[in-house]
Amino acid sequence: MSQLIRFAALAILLAASGPSLAAKGGNLDSAGTNVFDRASLQRGAALFANYCMGCHSAQYQRYQRLVEDLDLSDELVEQFLIKGDREITDYMLSSMPYEESADWFGKAPPDLTLTARSRGPDWIYTFLRSYYLTDDGWNNRVLENPAMPHVLWDLQGIQRALSETVTDEEGNSRTVITSLELDQAGRLSPAEYDRAVRDITAFMEYLGEPAILVRQRVGIWVLLFLTVFTFLAYLLYVEFWKDVKK
Amino acid sequence: MSETEPLASVEPAADPSRRRLLLATTGVVGAIGVGAAAWPFLASLRPSQRARVIGAPVEVYIGNLEPGQLARVQWRGATIGIMRRTEQMLEDLDGLAGRLRDPESNNRDQQPEYARNLHRSIRPEILVLNVHCTHLGCVPQVVPEVGAQPFDANWRGGFFCPCHRSTFDLAGRVFSGVPASSNLLVPPHTFVDDDHVIIGVDPEGAA
Amino acid sequence: MAKTANPISRSVDALDQWVNERAGVKAFYKQHLSEYWAPKNFNLWYFFGSLSLLVLVNQLLTGIFLTMHYKPDAEHAFASIEYIMRDVEWGWLIRYMHSTGASLFFAVVYLHMFRALLYGSYKKPRELVWILGVAIFLILMAESFMGYVLPWGQMSYWGAQVIISLFGAVPFIGEALVEWIRGDFFVADATLNRFFALHVVALPMVLLLLVVLHLAALHEVGSNNPDGVDIKAKKDAKGRPLDAVPFHPYYTVKDVFGAGVFLLIAAFIIFFWPEGGGYFLKPDNFVMADPLVTPDHIPPVWYFTPFYAILQAVPDKLLGVVLMGVAVLILFFVPWLDRSPVRSLRYRSWVSKLALAVFVIAFVRLGMLGLAQDSSTFELRLWTFLYFAFFILMPVWTSFEKTKPVPERVTT
Repeated sequence: MSQLIRFAALAILLAASGPSLAAKGGNLDSAGTNVFDRASLQRGAALFANYCMGCHSAQYQRYQRLVEDLDLSDELVEQFLIKGDREITDYMLSSMPYEESADWFGKAPPDLTLTARSRGPDWIYTFLRSYYLTDDGWNNRVLENPAMPHVLWDLQGIQRALSETVTDEEGNSRTVITSLELDQAGRLSPAEYDRAVRDITAFMEYLGEPAILVRQRVGIWVLLFLTVFTFLAYLLYVEFWKDVKK
Repeated sequence: MSETEPLASVEPAADPSRRRLLLATTGVVGAIGVGAAAWPFLASLRPSQRARVIGAPVEVYIGNLEPGQLARVQWRGATIGIMRRTEQMLEDLDGLAGRLRDPESNNRDQQPEYARNLHRSIRPEILVLNVHCTHLGCVPQVVPEVGAQPFDANWRGGFFCPCHRSTFDLAGRVFSGVPASSNLLVPPHTFVDDDHVIIGVDPEGAA
Repeated sequence: MAKTANPISRSVDALDQWVNERAGVKAFYKQHLSEYWAPKNFNLWYFFGSLSLLVLVNQLLTGIFLTMHYKPDAEHAFASIEYIMRDVEWGWLIRYMHSTGASLFFAVVYLHMFRALLYGSYKKPRELVWILGVAIFLILMAESFMGYVLPWGQMSYWGAQVIISLFGAVPFIGEALVEWIRGDFFVADATLNRFFALHVVALPMVLLLLVVLHLAALHEVGSNNPDGVDIKAKKDAKGRPLDAVPFHPYYTVKDVFGAGVFLLIAAFIIFFWPEGGGYFLKPDNFVMADPLVTPDHIPPVWYFTPFYAILQAVPDKLLGVVLMGVAVLILFFVPWLDRSPVRSLRYRSWVSKLALAVFVIAFVRLGMLGLAQDSSTFELRLWTFLYFAFFILMPVWTSFEKTKPVPERVTT
């Protein structure tokens, strides 16, 4: 048994001491999403369809899947989520032609199906809350000089950057942004805006892996079953090993 | 276990009943586990969501279908024939019962309940049929003319399968004495209006 | 055999006899299970052999089903993975079982190998068992590398780019060799196709063959044990070792219990932590391969990082590649590097214990350094040095250290 403990300790040490691969891009705010909150996903889906899908696609996801997973009716999806001439069985493609969009933005807007998996929910959440207006246009604290303008500005309002000049050890001074300040209020209060962005993030988390909704539910049963099985196997093992003389 | 005496280091229990019970319980629980684990693998082989989307119901315009004409469409990889039968054709169906294997459509697998009638259709004149032969899946020729044929001297119009000479009447009912043993399949279908039929969906209210 | 009135059991007996007269199933069953005499003192470390076998079966089974839905085509591969994750019923489960299985395979294999180092299981007469085991490890590395390319994400692509480029270090023919491996002038569709063929058909066959040989060699000489005692030295009147139990039922029930515990861990990862914190499924691999965009950081999968760190420690391409290769190949020679008269660490002096401890720490630390983006060169070289020192100095300390007397019978 002491060996078991030593082994477990080693395993925990290994798991805990590795650098986290998920965390990147500096300090991100915690998104605090809950993908099991259907209402949040529904709101997120509506926002995503209205604000994101003008330019971005979710090319691996079918609208149809939203009906089952988000508890929506065919009619609701057709009426509120599908833009342009598309069927409910189609993939969620943006209405913008790929070549044109590349001309407009300098590069084609990336597909968003898997962004929550590649960037992480915290990144999306922080990114959408970190736009600020400068004299040269929109900039973002998470992704410098983004090709994408702040499409949610009418909801959030306009933020401006507060900066200060710091001097480093070698005597060079440079300007760093310390925080963002709401300069002009949007249609939503800051708390409401955070919630809206959280909903979009939750929806994108779902979008990245629709199976997440069923995965953990099945997992509970599998673990329960395996616990019973392993317990029985343990009793069986002890029973047989009574035969073996020390 | 071996039939020889046990090893020096082993002394089998005097009473094996607890052991047998545990062995049986673990075995049964393990077998349930293996069965449950097999399920996702078997289910993964069913038509995927993509196949289901591709196999979605198809809507067909039949406004320009002439009496006696057969239109063919594809649904789920099968050829579906849609035929507007004439009054004469429908009348001819009546007298064939004696020569058919299943004139009353008693084999319920071959048509939905709402097509279980003499003409095997919702509207008497519009026949919607999966025209693949129920013998081995060939697509029979439609031979609507009445009169002697090489394969039937007393032909009243119908389908003839060139693969193995099975014959069906103009309601898709199989004749006796041919290799095919059941009537041609009527797929689920419903009419949207006078000129449009959807293949793959049952009419509202019918299961 | 007693005659029974029951016609069913009589026909079962008849069938049994018919088969055995022709295929010797019973003899096989006796030799490898019911009359395979295994030392009675196996401990925790002895679970990982059977667990490796369990994971192998899992990989073969889930792999076959993934192959039914996957498309080995640079244009469609990435989308076909998402197709499996979304459109195929339970496809996500089968895929996670396979991806988690890959990482767990290495976890159990590393622990299995550590067990061999701990108790001298590679020493005479088990040298061949060890050599076949190292060969399995080599093939497993190739197998998992090629499998990792198949999803055709950014990490798949750039991982392939980096690893294949290693062959460019070969003098004279390097460039031609790299081109030949890729089948194109860059990592492309042709590369994906051949890796698919190797991953799905060729290497699994080699792997299976090696596993069969590994087990056959083991069962020929018999299992070692934590004491390193030769149990065949003390036998009963029938020539059976006194300190052994028949593998079946004693170790089969024990291994079933071990499998249960292992499956609990595996199921937890599959259902609640499939990305493994980014170690099992990397975030960047959810972006489709793009030859024009190099990711900021291309660390290999965690189980390769110790060797990758050794590559980084050397300031010369060829030498780095050579050293990385040697780091794996040197394992083949362990049975002859170890000159100790005893097998198990239990009866060796503190020198051996310290050496193994340093080696394990070096291996783990190299693994962590290989993952990080900005590891210190000094540390890389220090642990690389200690990694090799373990093997190179092994003949020295094992020749001179003072060992304890090995008992005649196993302890518990």
